[in-house]
Amino acid sequence: MNPALELTGLTKAFGLAQIIRGVSLEVAAGERHAIIGPNGAGKSTLFHLISGRIRPTSGEIRLDGRRIDGLEPFEIYRRGLARSFQITNVFPKLTVFENLRCATLWSLGYRYDFWRPVERLRDAREKTDRLMEEIGLGPRRNVLAGVLSYAEQRALEIGVTIAGGAKVILLDEPTAGMNAAESAHAVALIRKVAAGRTLIMVEHDMGIVFDLADRISVLVYGRIVASDTPERIRANAEVQEAYLGQAAGP
Amino acid sequence: MRAAVQFLWPWAGLAAAFLLAPVVFSSPTALTMESVMGIMIIFALSYNMLLGQTGLLSFGHAVYYGLGGFVAIHAMNAVIHDRLAVPVVVIPLVGGLAGLGFGILFGLVSTRRAGLVFSMISLGLGELVSSSSFILRGFFGGEEGVTTNRAKLAPLLGLKFGPQIQVYGLVAVCCFLCIAAMYALTRTPFGRISNAVRDNPERVQYIGYSARRIRLIAFSLSAFFAGVAGGLAAINFEIMNAQQLGAQQSGVVLLMTYIGGVDTFVGPILGAIIVTFLQINLSDLTSAWQLYFGLMFIAVVSFAPGGVAGLLFRHWEAARSGAWHRLAPAYAMVAPGLVAALIGVVMLIELGNRRLTDEGSPMTMFGVAIDPSSIAPWATALGLFAVGAAATRLLWPKVADAWALVDKGLQARGRA
Repeated sequence: MNPALELTGLTKAFGLAQIIRGVSLEVAAGERHAIIGPNGAGKSTLFHLISGRIRPTSGEIRLDGRRIDGLEPFEIYRRGLARSFQITNVFPKLTVFENLRCATLWSLGYRYDFWRPVERLRDAREKTDRLMEEIGLGPRRNVLAGVLSYAEQRALEIGVTIAGGAKVILLDEPTAGMNAAESAHAVALIRKVAAGRTLIMVEHDMGIVFDLADRISVLVYGRIVASDTPERIRANAEVQEAYLGQAAGP
Repeated sequence: MRAAVQFLWPWAGLAAAFLLAPVVFSSPTALTMESVMGIMIIFALSYNMLLGQTGLLSFGHAVYYGLGGFVAIHAMNAVIHDRLAVPVVVIPLVGGLAGLGFGILFGLVSTRRAGLVFSMISLGLGELVSSSSFILRGFFGGEEGVTTNRAKLAPLLGLKFGPQIQVYGLVAVCCFLCIAAMYALTRTPFGRISNAVRDNPERVQYIGYSARRIRLIAFSLSAFFAGVAGGLAAINFEIMNAQQLGAQQSGVVLLMTYIGGVDTFVGPILGAIIVTFLQINLSDLTSAWQLYFGLMFIAVVSFAPGGVAGLLFRHWEAARSGAWHRLAPAYAMVAPGLVAALIGVVMLIELGNRRLTDEGSPMTMFGVAIDPSSIAPWATALGLFAVGAAATRLLWPKVADAWALVDKGLQARGRA
């Protein structure tokens, strides 16, 4: 069976600056994979490459065995890969309900339809209602996304990401900027939405990473220095030196 | 049942307004004005499909209105020339299809990017088309433009569309249908994703849509409706010239839409009615009428970004929650100063206009004979403006406080 996501010799240079220096990685279907590393290691760039926001300089990206590097973001999405953003990136002047419904439409096959009323699409409404309950925003249905609290916006961000039923989900620092209670809530939500999907996430909170991930890759200066189970990563000397030592320090 | 009534009454009201307008205001001038209003409503709504719905600021929307009008007028002349059995009612559709064609063609170029790039390309295309009107004289008719005679087309059910009232009828029916169609469009998957593109074009790409494709569809459909408006204009005026597709006309539609309000569907309808009314009546009153438009536009942009519709909506909400008792006293306090300041501004503009254009010959203003070369009216105007503006500035916090209380009340209600 093909891995859900496979990166081979991926590099990205901006001018002379090599940001990603040959990343190869396999993520199995159903796996929860965390990518950690110090600031500036290239974690966000890696996500941008996978999701099509920027194009790799060289190397290959395969989703379920098919090449996706060089495709537009919406084409990659249509093949089953969705992502969230580090800085909340929703539709501020639309309501919570409308944000989520817009995110379900493509997967339900409605595409660019300009001849049928959106209110009549029962499947879209029901799916949106379920989703809204799942992410805990039911009571905020008709509130504009722009006026939600920070934690609510982060939940909506995840909701918009999973709405289309993508098989592979990339979450970019889903708990950044949250307090402990909000983080715990977000982790429960991530655990829930990851069921039956392949999850790849960038996360700074080591507690969350070791709690959630089946496997962890450590990215340092554009290279993966280790990719293994949480226990082995914890014990890995190179990782200790490159990253965890810093994080655990005073 | 109740939902059906709630859905139907605005449309019944709209139909009634179209039916009653020529009965209540039946003079020939009024009838002409009502026809132009109908045409401008379609034009402004088509513009708001771009600006308010999809977030595209175009400086060249008159291109599609004008080209629709030119193709329509040539179609009318061809029908007359070849004595074809084509009635006038088909012509708006011809204009619309021409608008659609040019919309797709130019849209392919201009909708590749959003934001500033889109705006600049729209400006460039507008200039391109309007300058080509001086080169392609056969199609655009040079300085004089192209004329036609709508009464020479084939009659439909005995209607020859010669009399203005019949033209109004055609405009009213087309306008009603276009309003309904454009409203329906906002409530489709395409319409909602257009709003998403307006809010955040980048994220749209990560929920499966090509923002570029959405912009192209919105642009083409918007050009279709602008072309319908142009076709109706060709029928109504029986003449088309290069001015109809130039930068000035593109400016007018932006003005109408913005003054009416881009955030609501009805905004542009109100804007088209108000601006058309002022264009026709203000130009009779003063030769400086365009200056007033400019000032009005600046005032709306600075003080009421939601436009007239936004203001009305806010006051309607406040009135429904029974908060008038808070607002009325504050407004009463501010009104005298505001009115004085406005009279001062009008006097200054008119006095200046008179001095510059008619060498300061005597004039009447507000029913009073005034000599613009004497010092007294200038001093009065300046005094009114200065005192009025100062009083308004001083007392405005009362209005702001009243609104703060009203908004708080509305929010509390919203939560309850």
